[in-house]
Amino acid sequence: MSWFKDTLTSSIGRKLIMAITGLGLIGFLLVHLIGNLALLAGDGGISFNEYAHSMKGSPVILIGEVVIFSGFLFHIIDGIGLVISNKKARPVSYGGGANAKTSTGSKIMGPLGIVITVFFILHLVDFFYRAKIADDLGLDANNIADLYALVVEKFQSPAYVAIYVVSMIAIGIHLNHGFQSAFQTFGLNHLKYTPIIKFIGTAYAVVVPGAFAFIPLFFYFTK
Amino acid sequence: MNFTLKIWRQKGAKDSGQFVTYPIKDISSDSSFLEMIDILNNQLVEKGEEPIAFDHDCREGICGMCSMYINGHPHGPENLITTCQLHMRSFKDGDSITIEPWRSSAFPVIKDLVVDRSAFDRIIQAGGYVSVNTGNAQDANNIPIPKTDADKAFDAATCIGCGACVAACKNASAMLFTSAKVSQLALLPQGQVEAKARVENMVAQMDKEGFGACTNTGACSAECPKGISIENIARMNREFIKAKLSSENV
Ligand code: FES
Repeated sequence: MSWFKDTLTSSIGRKLIMAITGLGLIGFLLVHLIGNLALLAGDGGISFNEYAHSMKGSPVILIGEVVIFSGFLFHIIDGIGLVISNKKARPVSYGGGANAKTSTGSKIMGPLGIVITVFFILHLVDFFYRAKIADDLGLDANNIADLYALVVEKFQSPAYVAIYVVSMIAIGIHLNHGFQSAFQTFGLNHLKYTPIIKFIGTAYAVVVPGAFAFIPLFFYFTK
Repeated sequence: MNFTLKIWRQKGAKDSGQFVTYPIKDISSDSSFLEMIDILNNQLVEKGEEPIAFDHDCREGICGMCSMYINGHPHGPENLITTCQLHMRSFKDGDSITIEPWRSSAFPVIKDLVVDRSAFDRIIQAGGYVSVNTGNAQDANNIPIPKTDADKAFDAATCIGCGACVAACKNASAMLFTSAKVSQLALLPQGQVEAKARVENMVAQMDKEGFGACTNTGACSAECPKGISIENIARMNREFIKAKLSSENV
């Protein structure tokens, strides 16, 4: 199995781990968003709470959660490792500035990753932990945990909404580069399809984080 | 034209080095960048100072020796040329110009602006060749090759191994260079026999030399004097994944 280890620890292999986990997480975002849209049903949270309730207890969901958490973990750890070895590759930096012509998003993937990780932890503590682990939420009209009330309460704070929106912008920029970059890492590059991939990546990076950011803004401004 | 030059001076590999400022006067706008440094060096020698060490050879843009990082760009501000093809008319009178060596742990500085790029040679030695049995040369048209493939292989082969890609990359990655050298052979039938071992060995050597990994930023290609496309990096990734999954090298 040394070939397998060699592959995944090579520079290209480590990029492959970033690409595979990255695309997985991008897919997860869409699933998460579809669930969140229930917040906008306008029924006082009945359907959102039902959806949140259905996310508890089933082994399928549990497996999904383990996969998603490992995805995050591998993506973050591998990302940090790459940043460290990439920094080591240039121990002395340029005195005259590095003005090389490049795309901006790609240059700040690391810093964006830090913003997203901080948001991710905050988000887990605020919602995932309360709903799934502490399980200390009040009950709604249907006698199920009222996660909706918690969400609405959080989205009344302007600071919280601001953090949420800024984090979504960071995710958008991160995805815009990450999506097309993953295909480049897989070697899937083609005159016909690369422009389509780039377009889909950019559209996704605008629409999905945009929709995520819309929800807290909606609650804040319609309270 | 008059300039203020801020040049990296470093006595040797062990020295830490620093920038030294040299004013220079009455340079013709038609003089090349290297000629300007020649003039400065003559003045330094007359003053009894140590001239600035820099690499150069062909001075016509084909050998890839003239590695200089000028005002934040490998080979200076113009596109698709090497330092030796850069002329002072590309600058404004009175400009201050910063000149540094390539910065990469895999390219240690030997002296001043001269770096040791033999890491590239070792990558080539790891697989950048085809083995051909001796005997009579066969007819050139024996092996039909589609024109588009030949063109792409040739585009990749225009890489002069100057190292500007490494210098430009924020990760000091050598993937553009290595991928060009993998591609020029992967695209041709003659390269197929050793294709899998080639990409595996060249990537392994590239990693061993301490170059960074690619972030798909594209600085390498933007700064490459030969305009090598990062399409080659995708091809190398493809070749690498294919080789790792199917070669018998366990
Ligand atoms: S000296 Fe040969 S390319 Fe510049």
